[in-house]
Amino acid sequence: MISQIFILSSKGDHLIYKDFRGEAGSDVVSIFYEKVMTLTGDQPPVVMVTHKDLQFIHVRQGGLYWVATTTADSSPFTIIEFLNRLAALVKDYCGSLSEKMVQMNFALIYELLDEVVDYGYIQTTSSDVLKNFIQTEAVSSRPFSLFDISNVGLFGAETQQSIVAPSSAATRPIQSSREQGGKSEIFVDVIERMTIVIGSNGMLMKADVEGEITVKCYMPNCTGNGIFWVVFLSSGYGAAVRVDECSFHQAVRLDEFDSHRILRLCPSQGEQTVMQYQLSDDLPSAPPFRLFPTIERDSGGRLLMYLKLRCDLPPKSCLLLKCVMYVTPVASVFSLSQELSSPDQSAELKPQSRAVVWKVPRFTGGTQLSALFKLDVPGLSSASMQEVGPVGLSFELPKYTATGLQIRFLRLSPVQPGPSQRWVRYVTHSDSYTIRI
Amino acid sequence: MPYLGSEDMVKELRRALSNPNVQSDQLRYRNTILKVIRAMSQGVDVSGLFSEIVKACATVDIVQKKLVYVFLCSYAALNPELSLLVINTLRKDCQDPNPMVRSLALRNMTNLRLSSLVEYVEQPLTAGLRDRAACVRRVAVLGWAKLHNLQPNSEIDATVVNELYSLLRDPDPVVMVNCLRALEEILKEEGGVAINKPIAHHLLNRLKECDVWGQCEVLRILERYRPQSDDELFDILSLLDTSLVSQHPPVMAATLSLFLSLCSALPAVSLSALERVRAPLLAACGSTSRELRFTALCHIQLLLRSVPGLMGAHYKRFFCGYAEPAYIKQRKMQVLVELVNDENVAMLLDELKGYCTDVNTDTAQAAISAIGRIGRSYSDQCLQILTGLLGLKQEHITSAVVQTMRDLVWVCPQCSDTVCLALEGCEENLQDTQGRQALLWLLGVYGERISSAPYVLEVFIDGVRSETSLEVKMELLTATLRLFLCRPAETQDMLGRLLHYCIEEETDMCVRDQALLYYHLLHCGIEETRKVLQGRRSDPSLGVLIGRPVEPISQWAHSFNTLEPLRQGTVTTDSSNKGSPEHVTSDPKPNSDLSDDLKPCQIETVQTASDSASLCTEYSTDALSSSAVAPLSLSLSPALSPEEFERLWLQRQSLHAEQGGEEKEDGDYLCTEECVQCPTIPHCSPQNLQAALQLVNIQTLAFTPPHTLPWRVYLYTHTHSSCSASKPPSTLILGELLYTGEPKEDCSKMVMEGSHEQLTTEGEEAAVDRLRGRESARQQSQTEDVKVTLKQQPRDDKALKGFLSVLTTVLHTLSTETT
Repeated sequence: MISQIFILSSKGDHLIYKDFRGEAGSDVVSIFYEKVMTLTGDQPPVVMVTHKDLQFIHVRQGGLYWVATTTADSSPFTIIEFLNRLAALVKDYCGSLSEKMVQMNFALIYELLDEVVDYGYIQTTSSDVLKNFIQTEAVSSRPFSLFDISNVGLFGAETQQSIVAPSSAATRPIQSSREQGGKSEIFVDVIERMTIVIGSNGMLMKADVEGEITVKCYMPNCTGNGIFWVVFLSSGYGAAVRVDECSFHQAVRLDEFDSHRILRLCPSQGEQTVMQYQLSDDLPSAPPFRLFPTIERDSGGRLLMYLKLRCDLPPKSCLLLKCVMYVTPVASVFSLSQELSSPDQSAELKPQSRAVVWKVPRFTGGTQLSALFKLDVPGLSSASMQEVGPVGLSFELPKYTATGLQIRFLRLSPVQPGPSQRWVRYVTHSDSYTIRI
Repeated sequence: MPYLGSEDMVKELRRALSNPNVQSDQLRYRNTILKVIRAMSQGVDVSGLFSEIVKACATVDIVQKKLVYVFLCSYAALNPELSLLVINTLRKDCQDPNPMVRSLALRNMTNLRLSSLVEYVEQPLTAGLRDRAACVRRVAVLGWAKLHNLQPNSEIDATVVNELYSLLRDPDPVVMVNCLRALEEILKEEGGVAINKPIAHHLLNRLKECDVWGQCEVLRILERYRPQSDDELFDILSLLDTSLVSQHPPVMAATLSLFLSLCSALPAVSLSALERVRAPLLAACGSTSRELRFTALCHIQLLLRSVPGLMGAHYKRFFCGYAEPAYIKQRKMQVLVELVNDENVAMLLDELKGYCTDVNTDTAQAAISAIGRIGRSYSDQCLQILTGLLGLKQEHITSAVVQTMRDLVWVCPQCSDTVCLALEGCEENLQDTQGRQALLWLLGVYGERISSAPYVLEVFIDGVRSETSLEVKMELLTATLRLFLCRPAETQDMLGRLLHYCIEEETDMCVRDQALLYYHLLHCGIEETRKVLQGRRSDPSLGVLIGRPVEPISQWAHSFNTLEPLRQGTVTTDSSNKGSPEHVTSDPKPNSDLSDDLKPCQIETVQTASDSASLCTEYSTDALSSSAVAPLSLSLSPALSPEEFERLWLQRQSLHAEQGGEEKEDGDYLCTEECVQCPTIPHCSPQNLQAALQLVNIQTLAFTPPHTLPWRVYLYTHTHSSCSASKPPSTLILGELLYTGEPKEDCSKMVMEGSHEQLTTEGEEAAVDRLRGRESARQQSQTEDVKVTLKQQPRDDKALKGFLSVLTTVLHTLSTETT
């Protein structure tokens, strides 16, 4: 049972406030913000109020605080899942999630809240049901962007890029499909998150992949009878994808899953997760990055770190990479000088977290990068030399799945009237990719 | 936060709202109202516009209607009279052909929260219950709950309640769930909605139709239902089995909660349910939402209290990612500590070692104390890591390491040599109070083994004038005095200086009083001082009881899936326990032990106070529970601390030794030995044994690990008998199980001792010392026997026999289970 819901910006501005049960006044908003601010570091999602028997539960999404007040006996799983779902709904309806978006669409969000929760009880969060009730149109501010016209080549000829949807294509409000002349599109994302720990001896100590297939559907007249199929296979023909555990959305029909790996689904408007899976320890391919560090102390007492980073992916792929290295997390670092292998890379020292951040805008598979960092560390002892590291990589690998899962067909049936576009995207993110030195 | 000039803004808006040109242009009108709502949600007081907004209510534009309702519901309570004007429009809307308009009107009519409007609302609500559109029925059902809460003292309308019960059969699942919710609120006084067999089965059958939120609600309400037979129970359980592994964490958690409440009498079923939820819980631990991750972690900690091995194979899932927030990292470490075993200890320590140098100092300190916890079972590896960390010469790390070492030495005295070596020279890197306090404690207790101890103390004493921390000063006094006892020549001078300063110049009363106490104590003679000051150096519970006792599921089942596990500081497994080492593992102790009480560890005082508080409650619950006893009942309270146990036990032992172990009996004190044939008992896990004994209210205090020889277990309990006046109402039984494993060994001594004091007050407990006699018996026995030595006080043969039969049964049962 939820007593109030409010959305705050990270600066504490009240964006949305809705009281469902009239049990507490709106002053709780300020109380909450004070409490959150006094907590050091990151805040656990439950904060207790002392003066009344109300509890705050909050999640952070899109840089905003999504807060519910509730009683002590309610289920944290339910409330947190609901707040996440609410944020997802707002994102579906507004296109994206940010303070500005929420401010512009507050009427829509009030309307949404009104339908989703009544008297503190969650009624429905299915976008299929909600779309009949929501009347307000989303206001989206899409500033004119050169990116939009970059798809059009010289003299209006289509460039090669046009076979790739712009990455912002899927961040639009679901309702706007109504007036856009029924352009039906479906976006399927295969998103995998990798957690890898590589020991100082180069041994793979831990490898975990968590993946999900999400479908975002903009079908003007898709009211549940449109069925689409997903068939997925591994990259090599015939070889099955191995996953440790998987679970499906309840609307997925699995009649042919065991024999042909076919998922049948009637997607509803908006985003939904069709399948979640995970794979532990035994990855089909080697981890994509290897690091070869050399660390020594030069005559001037400076710490020299020579890093070679190799990418073992197929040569065509390229990716964005941010390499965060915790240099001697125990000693404060004075200054940094660096030699990088190419000019478009950059490196900077973050004194607060005692880390060197090395940014690589483009990294082609099969190649190798190197960097030499010279660090002035006052009072550098041999013991703290041992504590250099770990190196954390954060990256986004497009068109790559660590499990090898791929979608073979995406078929819509019955065939939709008018043109329909189907987009499939594969991304692997690094949840945590740690290399110990 | 109100904007500057909000009054102007309200004026501006009022002018716009009453402008006929605006009113006639629907879009402009709507936009003006939008502005009002925007101002409202930003915190501007726009209640002055109430009458203008009421006029805007009569419109065909649904969006505008919705906006107006948002306004009205916020400010209706301030303007009850004006709100009456709206009611007509709302009632008219309730007749609208469009179901959306009807439900909107109905919902907002009840959301106005005005008791003056109740009479107008009842009729449309009644009609709403029979509306053909499900969305109107949903609203109407909850509307009755709102109405009831508006006038809480009014009588419950039986026809409405009946109608709501019948709507449980509504084809729309949300209406059904809303009916449950509404009935729950309306019938709160009577204990909520009544769940009988047909309703329960109906709900279970329709569970699949509901969405996630509905399922959670239904599952929660079903917890109240008690199946009438085992067959029914198992039917329900198998029906719910798929929800137990649902991919939605809320459903999974609600189902497990229901399982635990249904199977409270069937521990085996509950345990297998816990096994089933392992996979979904682990999946929730890897969720993208960090809040959900945190929740799952907290609940895993609950589960581990009963099934420590549940996640053992999946320990890698609890390794921290470098970008994770500190609160998740710390929880993960707490879980990791629980999962340690022989196979993974190396991996785990290696991982934890990596966290010790985390940039976040809290995380680093939590990691260090996690290593200390593991050190209780794997002391060598951990001490190596801890010593290595001292080499980094970082303040916060050194402080945490010294505190951890202090805690570790208290539990595992065998580590003291390594610790003493490691301590040399680390005082330079200690700045914070807690770290210095820990160092001082170690210097005082192990001063004779740390060569530099007097010099370190001298530095502290020289700087005592500038010392601000009360705790450090008091610890310093104790440490210096303790060191004086073992190294008088080096310490005498500085002790004099310190006492002089503390007595003459110190302004704080506590420090001064303590210094005076020590001063007078020294006057009494060095032996007296030694008696008072040289207390225990280690946890007297033999130091081998590492794992916490396995708790029965019922201990935490009620708090599963509530906010309780998420709150900070409620978790007993907190590895970053900053308190005194003396109390990490000990139970509440009666403060009869003089030497213990005077042991001047200041960090202890707070804890002792809370201990005695909890002791009081223990006594009171004891009194309650003993009022309803069978002829023989065992109970765990008042709790006996390990120190107290040891003292009582050894008293008997020494007397027994004096008299050459022959049988002797005296009226009030009984010691007995018995042999129980249960060969496999020494091989079963301490956890199992402990859990089994706890089921019959026998508390085990200490174990040797399984497979070691000689294998020992110490335990105690209290017997209560209410039936006869002639017998003492309660006796205390102490026991030892011994398995030597040596063949042809006469391993069955039986000693019985007794003393007639009643163990009701602490004073009398102290009087136990004056015990008078005992009895012992010898029997030949076979190799496989476990020797049971029991000491009872005061004597009560009947109770002792009863206890022995209970114990024998438990041991036999366990024995057959292990084979």
